[in-house]
Parts: sequence; structure tokens; C-alpha cells
Amino acid sequence: MCATGIGAAVRRKEDHRFITGKGHYTDDINQPGQAYAYFVRSPHAHATIKSIEAKEAARMPGVLGVLTGAELAADKIGNLICGWMIHSKDGSPMKMAPHPALASGKACFVGDPVAVVIAATLAQARDAAEKVKVDYAVLPAVTDPAQAQKSGVPQIHEVAPNNTIYQWHLGDAKAVESAFTSAKHVTKLDLVNNRLVPNAMEPRVAIGDYDTGSGTFTLWNTSQNPHVARLVIAAFVGMAPEHKLRVIAPDVGGGFGSKIFIYPEEVVALWAAKRVGRPVKWTAERSESFLCDAHGRDHVTHAEMAFDAEGRIVALRAKTVANLGAYMSTFSSAVPTYLYATLLSGQYEIPQIYCEVDAVYTNTGPVDAYRGAGRPEATFVVERLVEVGAREMGQDPAELRRKNFVKEFPHQTPVIMNYDTGDYNASLKRALEIADYKGFGRRKRESARNGKLRGVGFSTYIEACGIAPSAAVGSLGAGVGLWESAEVRVNPTGSVEVLTGCHAHGQGHETTFAQLVSDRLGIPIDNVSIIHGDTDKVQFGMGTYGSRSGAVGMSALVKALDKVEAKAKKVAAHMLEAAEGDIEFKDGKFSVAGTDKSAAWGEVALNAYIAHKFSGQELEPGLKEGAFYDPTNFTFPAGCHICEVEIDPETGNTEIAAWTAVDDFGVVVNPMIVEGQVHGGVAQGVGQALYEGAVYDKDGQLVTGSLLDYCMPRADHLPALNVATTVTKCPSNPLGIKGCGEAGAIAAPAAVINAITDAIGTEAIAMPATPQAVWAALKKAGRSLPHAA
Amino acid sequence: MYAFTFRRPETLRQAANLLSKNGDAKPLAGGHTLLPTMKLRLASPPELIDLSRIEGLEGIELTGRALTIGAMARHADVHGSPVVQQAIPVLAKLAGMIGDPAVRHMGTIGGSIANNDPSADYPAACLGLGATIVTNKRRIKADDFFTGMFSTALEPAEIITKVSFPIPKKAAYQKFRNQASRYALVGVFVAKRGGDIRVAVTGAGANGVFRIQSFEEALKKRFSPKSLEGMTIPADGMNSDIHGSAEYRAHLVGVLARRAVAEAVGK
Repeated sequence: MCATGIGAAVRRKEDHRFITGKGHYTDDINQPGQAYAYFVRSPHAHATIKSIEAKEAARMPGVLGVLTGAELAADKIGNLICGWMIHSKDGSPMKMAPHPALASGKACFVGDPVAVVIAATLAQARDAAEKVKVDYAVLPAVTDPAQAQKSGVPQIHEVAPNNTIYQWHLGDAKAVESAFTSAKHVTKLDLVNNRLVPNAMEPRVAIGDYDTGSGTFTLWNTSQNPHVARLVIAAFVGMAPEHKLRVIAPDVGGGFGSKIFIYPEEVVALWAAKRVGRPVKWTAERSESFLCDAHGRDHVTHAEMAFDAEGRIVALRAKTVANLGAYMSTFSSAVPTYLYATLLSGQYEIPQIYCEVDAVYTNTGPVDAYRGAGRPEATFVVERLVEVGAREMGQDPAELRRKNFVKEFPHQTPVIMNYDTGDYNASLKRALEIADYKGFGRRKRESARNGKLRGVGFSTYIEACGIAPSAAVGSLGAGVGLWESAEVRVNPTGSVEVLTGCHAHGQGHETTFAQLVSDRLGIPIDNVSIIHGDTDKVQFGMGTYGSRSGAVGMSALVKALDKVEAKAKKVAAHMLEAAEGDIEFKDGKFSVAGTDKSAAWGEVALNAYIAHKFSGQELEPGLKEGAFYDPTNFTFPAGCHICEVEIDPETGNTEIAAWTAVDDFGVVVNPMIVEGQVHGGVAQGVGQALYEGAVYDKDGQLVTGSLLDYCMPRADHLPALNVATTVTKCPSNPLGIKGCGEAGAIAAPAAVINAITDAIGTEAIAMPATPQAVWAALKKAGRSLPHAA
Repeated sequence: MYAFTFRRPETLRQAANLLSKNGDAKPLAGGHTLLPTMKLRLASPPELIDLSRIEGLEGIELTGRALTIGAMARHADVHGSPVVQQAIPVLAKLAGMIGDPAVRHMGTIGGSIANNDPSADYPAACLGLGATIVTNKRRIKADDFFTGMFSTALEPAEIITKVSFPIPKKAAYQKFRNQASRYALVGVFVAKRGGDIRVAVTGAGANGVFRIQSFEEALKKRFSPKSLEGMTIPADGMNSDIHGSAEYRAHLVGVLARRAVAEAVGK
């Protein structure tokens, strides 16, 4: 390992510009003549739009245009789409309702864009937007997914009777039924996976520009995957052909999934720019982010786990209703199906699993992938069932887990996934040591002496990352392949530019990808630049989500570096007048085996370009190679998180007393960055468990529409985390990487709730476990004071 | 935010005149409630009268048996003031619990009590300590000053100049925060000064800050948390929202009152 190679805790190269305020975020970009967009949004969750009167607004100072769904349709701007086809049990395709970028005839959630005002200044646009008169006929709304399919409930889209998008299933229902019939013990739980608002620090922004000379559109946006945005806006929305549309996603301040999707505002910014003949910028206000960024989770589940007499899990079944909101967002259909039910085996050998998922429309904002996407929901189901099962059967929760762990690999689960490698016992064992599990009883007594209830909870989670083998996801309904590309451009002076189809919005790719190049080519990390986020620079890529950039994006880079090295060896052979097969490359130096003849990396790079030492007919000048890498399997990061909580029974307040995370991410490229990812993920998971929850009232108003009412986790909500890793190398990619970006958010909710329920002695608590909720649960269970055990 | 006229008078009289001339004008005393509300276009005063340039509104001094704090003293000033820390330490501590550093360096005591947010901390301190609110026109007892949610006894063009706090023998404040906003979901201020015992509650009441007579009577017999054991207040009249039902808030009032008394007596 070199000082800046794989495994080194290299400081993040990008941080200097970020912490000194020199980043270039989309809102930092301004175009000459730029105008501003302000959206008129529906204040009603469900309403017919009878008319829109825009004359007065159009006459307001500075106004360049007031546009509505009628103009959008007249210009034949296509609908937004969901790009993953799910079929119901009966074989019928999912019921995707039209999703125009401006509501057409009907508004379906509070915040649904109904019109847009373009004006010379933002204040003018906003003033004029207040003068747009929309005549609504308010309709009754439905917001609760558990109610959405009932008879007599408001119908949101004609194409989807009973608000049902699909009724999907996975697994063998009969085999599961029979396993349950002969089971010794069955644990049953009703679970709600609470709805979350992503709240990236940087709100979404879009700037549309249209060049009348070349007929080319440019979109600057806050995207995790600019090429996919371009593909959808070109091929489905029909704004322009791909080669006439450039999408640039510059520095992006956090995404957590919410910036994967193609949103109405970016379509409107492009379209409006052409209509008014000026660049158009839209920057979301935080209130708009709350209403209109795709939310996460929102599952209602009944789940059961069956055990035999020895405490072995014999089967699991789950019935989930997933709320997809008012419209199907870009990847919404895949989240509660193939990203969820396929992980219901957890770390355990479960012979039979059956899962049914009904996806429903409601009059709420769209729901799509959010950090973990489906896998936190699966982990919550499995880890709550195992924990409660252990309690009901009087077994130690760690021991019950150990007994049921998958121990031999590869392991085929009954729900598609083929686990390649892992050592679940190793992470559990290490976590038990670090957490001093043996000393828990002592700490519980100590807490009791202070009038506090202490509890411990486990989460031995698994996730599927490194998405994904293209043919496999294609067979499951994906509309795209999930490979990744990389291009390595070596300059004549030996410095290197890497163009990757991944996109960094907090992950630190400018450092970790450079570490790989430094490691392979033996050059200083500062001689490497990582370029991403511009469709005119990077040929194509699938972007960053699902913890895929290390496992897939860096694997593509390995392939490209292999080609660069092979070409450079040819150049070196000519320079050193040796056979190509005799050239060795090590530590940035090409040498002829068995001789002292050598050439440095920089000399070879220069010779590749000046091309003085070889004939252009036998070897092409230049040193630039590209590669596409398609993974052969998902990767399976897994680990053990142990949470200890201390609860004040008088107020119901929960404090995280200790946190241990032992994760197996495969080979770690930069341990400092990985630790940061675990910290962030755990904070978000703790946020879901204790603080966060999007609440709509019965009329469809978002009650938690600002940070005054929606609680994000803060630094002082968390103790110092004990973070460690165990390593089993991923066999399916060249670097052995599994991925780490979502683990904390996947593991944490179950660990927290398992700890709280251990402390309060009742399982009846929902997320977020706010002080009021914990107090009410204690009161209902008739427990209020700690008992020294 | 809509356009408005910004005025920055240099004397109290000028400020009062400006406020008299335009009944819709708003005094600006930190603005950490008013300005965000204006940015959201939920308030649109045509004129803001900034009080920050008026001399003599920021002082903190101990005079005889009272601590006087100028209306424009910022929360951070009160929190960091050795005079306050010495005279009424709980008041310095309370000021340090308000909002975040940005709020504490801009927000003022006068602005806070004039706004009388039902979840603000200072109203509980004023009522709990039996403070006197001094204006450009008169002196108002805290018991008469807070007249309901976001409502006070202040008349048009009446400007708070300072707040005078009698020094208690024992006092403590217990704040249970709304997790999201960090305002008081419930805050209980208790103080003992001779025979005068006060228990003031913020955050909980639907009509803003209030005193609990039954708790005060019980504590007059013996100023000890034990005196409040088993005592509750009815949930009627409590605020109720997603963060706390009326029942939960009423329960917290009892818990926090006992804890505040325990803190005040040093247990």
C-alpha cells in the first residue's frame, strides 16, 4: 500500500473547497440574462382545476411568461415516467398514471405544481405568482396507505382502481404456509416504517438554457445521475434528442436518493427557457423541498416469523402496503419490491419466505428511494421479528441470531439473492466485545439507580449493494442497465484525468477514485483529477446511489487502468527497445525484466504523445482508455450494530447511551471516509427511529412541513460511536469492495427500537419513538418506574 | 419578503412617534421571529422601526434588590453577564438555552417578551420571578403583562425599555424541549423570595405562560419537591399538537415542577 493508495486514510481532496466556501453548487451558477421561475402549487391535496386565470399575473412587472399544463400539452412535452416495470401477481403491468410536469386538470397532492411564473427577478416572479388565480373544486383526499384500497375512498387516478398500482409477490406461498403450520413458535408483528423527508442540505436547483443558434439545451441541476436525467428528458419527455441536451450536475450538497429522480421543475426550467428565450433558474425553498422532494419509506406491514423447537427460523411471511404518493417517481416501483422483499432473508438461513406488496397511490408527495431504499424496511421487519422472537422464546437475542446465521457461502436465499461471502459471526462477536455485552446487566442496574430504564438492541443487517448486473435487473423489470463507465486520460506530462459516470454528492470520489489511480500508477494523488457530472465530458454513466460507486464505478476504473497499463507497456517496450512481454510495471516505473533498463511513468506518457519512438502505423499515439464494467452479482455488505438506550420514564425521553457498529464492507479504500459514512448513516437511522416522521393530516396537509416540526437528528443526539470493520473480500469485483454508504441507515432503526422495547418491556411502540410516544407506551403497559433487575 | 420601509431612530421618542404615525409599523428588536415570518410572506408590515440604535436600552445592572436588564440586551449578553450570573444565575442559564447561537446573538429580552410566544423561555422567567416590565409610558407587573398567546398589555407605540427582576432566594428553570424546534414543549420556572413562591409554566398553556396556584400553595407549606408529589394539573387548557398531547404536557408540568424545585433547593 502506498501512502495515498487503497486502504490509506487520505484526507478528502475536495474538502478544502467545500469548507472554504469555494464549491460550485448549481445555485452558485448564473447565466447572462437569466430569469427566475416561481411555481404556483396546489394548496389542496386533491382538487379539480376548473380554471387558471393568469392575465393579471402576466401584466405584473418583469413577468416574461405564465405557463400552465395547457401550454405544456400544446408543446407536446411528455410526462415523467417510472422506469422500472413491476407486474402484479395476475401478470398485469403496474398502473402508471400520467405525470405531467405541470398538473393537468387535477392536482393530486399539496405542492403539485399547477403553473409557473417566469420573471426577470425572483421577487417579481413570486409577486406575480400570487396573482395567478386558480379555481379549484376540492375533492376528498386519502393520505393513509392502509386506507387507500378500501371501498368508498377517494379515487386518485382513473388507470388505478382502488388506488392500487400493483399487487406483487415473491416466494412460495404454499411452502411458507406449510412451514408455519408445523412451526413450534410464531412471532407476529404489525410494523409501520415511517415516512421520511430527505432534507439534503442543498435544496434542489435547476437552470435551463436554450441556445437558438445550435438548437441545444443545457440543464444545470442537482442530480445524482445526470446521464439518466438526460436520457429520460430526451427519450420520454421529448424535450430534445440526447445529443442536443447537455446536463451538468456540478457540486451537489447531499442527495440520499432524493436527487436521483427526474422532477417536474427541471423539465419546466428547460421548456420555459426556450419559451421565454432566456435562461431560467429555479431554486427550491426549504418548504418546497419538504413538499416536493421524493420522500422515503412509508410502509405498513404485517409480518410473521416461524421457528422450530430448536429456535431455528423455518419461514417468514410479510404483507406490505407501500405508499408511493400521488405519482410514480422515477424508481419508486422497485423500492418496495426488488430492493425490499429480496432482503427478507437477512443474515439468516430461512428455508421459505413469502412476501406480498401492494403499492398504492395517495394524495401525498411522491415516495421513492431514500438512503437504503427498501433494505432498511426489510431489515426492520427481519430484525424486529428475530428480536421479539428471542424474547418470546426466552432466548438470548445474540445467541438466537448466531444459531440462524448463514454460515456457508455462496448461499442462495429463497428470495432471489445469492450471498457471495460473509462472516456474520465474526462481526457479531467483535461487536459483543466492543459493546461489553456481558456488562450490560451492571449498566442496567446503574441506570435503574438513577431512575432510568436501560435497554439493549441488536441489528444484524444485510444489504445488497453494488447495483447491479444489468441482465439480472433487466429480467426484473428495470428499464436501464446498471453497469458503470470510466475513462482514463493520461496527459503528456503524466498527470491523469479520470472521467467517471458516477457522481459525488458527499461521498468523496475525488479522493477515493484518485487513491485507486495513485495505487495503480504509482503517481501522487495530486496528479489525478476526477471528473464527473457533465454529459458533455463523460460519455455515459448511471450515477451514484445504492452504494454502487466503489463496487461498480471503481471496478470500471480498474478495467480502464488495465488497458492504460497495457498500452503504456507497448510504448515503454519501444522506448526501452525490448519485447512487450518483458516489460514490468511497478511503483510508477516500467522496467525490462532482468535488466537495469527502465523508464518512469512520466517519460512513457510523454512518449505516447510525441510518438517519436514508434511508428504510428504499428502503435496509435496517445494514452487514453475507457471501459464499461457490468457487475456479475450484487455485493452484500453486512454487520452488527448494537444500541444501548437510557430512557427517562417520567418524560419518555430516550438517549442513545452507546453505539457499536461492526461492519463488513469488504476491502476498504479509505477508512476515514468509510467511518464518516457509517456515522452519517447511523445518524439518519437514529433520526428515523427517534425523531423523523412526515405527518399528513386527513386533508392531506403536510403537518411537518418545516424544521420547526420535522426533527432532523443533531450532533448532540448521538454519543461517540464505536465503529469497527471486519473484512471478507467481495469475490465478484476486482477490488473486493462491497459498499458502505447506506449501512448505518439500514441497520440503525431496528437496533434503536429493539433497545427501546427492551427497556420499556412492551413491543407496542412505533417510529419515531418520540418522548411522548415512549411515555404513552409505558403508561399503556402500566410501567412507569425502573425496576432494578 | 415584501418591500417595506426601514427606519432606524436614535431616540425612544422618535421611535414612539414613528410607531404612533403608522399603526401597522412594527418595532424590530432582534427580529428572530418577525424576520423569518416576513421572509415566508406570512407577515408584511409596511414599516420596521429598528430599536438597535437607541442608546441606553442594552444595559444590565444591579440596583438595590433588583436586577435590571435593558430591553435590547441580547440573550448572549444576559447569558454571559457576570452581573446576571451572580445575581440570578438561573436567568443567565435560561438565556443560554434559547434558540441557537445566531438567535442568542440577535434576539433580545424585550423582543422576546413583547412577542410573548407561548413556548418562549423569558415569559416564564418574568412571571416566575415576579418581574416588572418598564416601558416608555409605565411600569407593568409581569402578572398583568402577559395577556394570552402572542398578546401582551402593551399599547400601540408603547416600547419596553427594561425589565426589572427582584432577586430570588432560590430559583430554577426546567425546560423540556420540542425536539424539532427546541422551543419549550414545557418549561417550568420556580422561584422563592421570602414568602412569595411562584411557579410559572411556558410551552404548555393554550393561552401562553401561566402560574399554578395549587403548586405554589403546596410549596408555601414546604419548599421541597416532596410537596408536589402526586400533584397534577388538568389537561384542559393545555396545548395539543403532534409533539405533545394536552395530557402529556399536563403530565410534564408536574414532572418538571418537581425537578425545578429539587434543583432550586440543590437536590
